[in-house]
Parts: sequence; C-alpha cells; structure tokens
Amino acid sequence: MTIDSFRWLPGAIAAYYRGLPRQGGEPIPWAPLAKPIERCRFALVTTAGLYMKDRDPSFDLDGERRNPFWGDPTYRVIPRDARQEQIGVAHLHINPADLLADMNVALPVQRFLELEVAGEIGSLAPSHYSFMGFQMDNSAWEKRYGPEVAARMKEEGVDAVLLTPV
Amino acid sequence: METAGISTVIVTPMPHFAEALGAPRAVGVAFPFGHPLGHAGDRDEQMKVIGDALRVLREAPGPGTVEHLPYEWPDFERWKQEWQPAEPSPIVALLRERLRAQAEARRQEDPSRRSGGS
Repeated sequence: MTIDSFRWLPGAIAAYYRGLPRQGGEPIPWAPLAKPIERCRFALVTTAGLYMKDRDPSFDLDGERRNPFWGDPTYRVIPRDARQEQIGVAHLHINPADLLADMNVALPVQRFLELEVAGEIGSLAPSHYSFMGFQMDNSAWEKRYGPEVAARMKEEGVDAVLLTPV
Repeated sequence: METAGISTVIVTPMPHFAEALGAPRAVGVAFPFGHPLGHAGDRDEQMKVIGDALRVLREAPGPGTVEHLPYEWPDFERWKQEWQPAEPSPIVALLRERLRAQAEARRQEDPSRRSGGS
C-alpha cells in the first residue's frame, strides 16, 4: 500500500506540494538503536501545539495573526503524568477538538505508560516536548530549540524518540 | 537528535516528505492532519500504530526506512473538511485574499473580461 500524502489537502495546495522538486543528496543522520527496546528510555515529541494550560503560556498565536508568515518556534514541556484536563492546544492550522478530548492522538503519553507497565519499553522519560508545527522558516528549530531539546533528553537518559508531526 | 545519539522514528500523514527529505525511520499513516495515531479514544488503534513504529525502530535496516501502514480512515469526504480549523489559518486567509485581489485587478485591466469584448 502507498499512502497519498496529499489526499487531505485542497486540490490547489496538493498540486503545489506535488510539484515541489525533490531535495536530497544530504546524508541522513542515523543513530543505531543502542539497546533492546525493552530497555530503552523513550521521549515523545509532537508538533501539535500542546501545552500545560494550568502552568505554561500558550504559543504566540497573536504574533502569527499579526504576521501570517511567522509561527512561534518555541516548545513546551509536557510531563509524563500530565492529565488530559491540563492540556491546551494552540495551533491555528488544525481542528483541535480530538486533541482536547485525547492527547494520545498526537502525544501518546498514556499509551507509553501502559507499555512501561507491561515491560514492552524500558521506561518513559519524565519530560516530553511539544512544538507548534507551522514554521515557514525552520532555522530557530535547527539552531536553537532542536539542540536544546536533544540536550534535555540526554540529561534525562533518553535512548529513543517517537516523533509525531501533525 | 540522531546526531546526539538518540534513535528516532516518525509517525506522519505525509510519508512523501519523510522520503523526500530523508528521515532516518518513519511510518506513514492514511489519517487526517492532527491525528497521527488515529481516532480519539481508540486505544487499540493507537497501540497498533505505536507497535508498528516500534517495530520499524527495532528492525529498520538503515537510514531512510519508510513504511506505509495499511490502516484506513473511514468517512474520507467528511474528514477532508473535519480536520481543518473552524476559521482559516492566517496564512490561508491572507493568500485567499491576495488571489481574490489579483483576480479583481486582472478583471479591471482587461476590458474584454468586463464588457464581454470590445
């Protein structure tokens, strides 16, 4: 089976994306899995714009409304014991209803806690990371926030990451 | 993250970009935007996708491994709208407005479009 990556998009936007030249040629970074999954510590990363609404500020959506070509490149930490009612969604490009009902749709903290209990993964790290995925310019992610998150993961002994761009 | 020695696997509705941009390991899902692991409240579906992602993490033979998962999303026509925000995003609203303005400008510059021919 081959998935049509553009099936959900309106026709004109799908045509635009299909017409983009393929990049490539750059070597793909690769970290071999260091140990069996049953012993790995996992962290989760999403671009769904989730945040802890009782603790942290939202993403800067007003800034995006003022300049529609800009998206807030910062990130928020979601702890492993986050409860659904603490989760807010700040993302102007998707319908947030299902994420507000069940964050596991994009950040499956509760599923990974179940895998931890079942012994199918080593453990789930204390911290998980949420970005807001509308970025016309990835440079702040590449230069600042990506390396910052990777360093925090290393401090928490993370071996492997599940990423869910939305 | 891979350069920091952390292994990654991506779950994406757009496996085209995982392939075109070179993701180390990815699984593609035929799910609408905002739903990489499936339906809200559907624990079994979420676990299936996670299980496949972990299998690819474990077994991928090398960089650029992208597997397309077979799970279907029912009610495609409704969800083509449903995944979108109630209000168009700022960039979509702006681009629509620009297209409208361009079309209007062309109409005014070109009398044949306005009066039906000279």
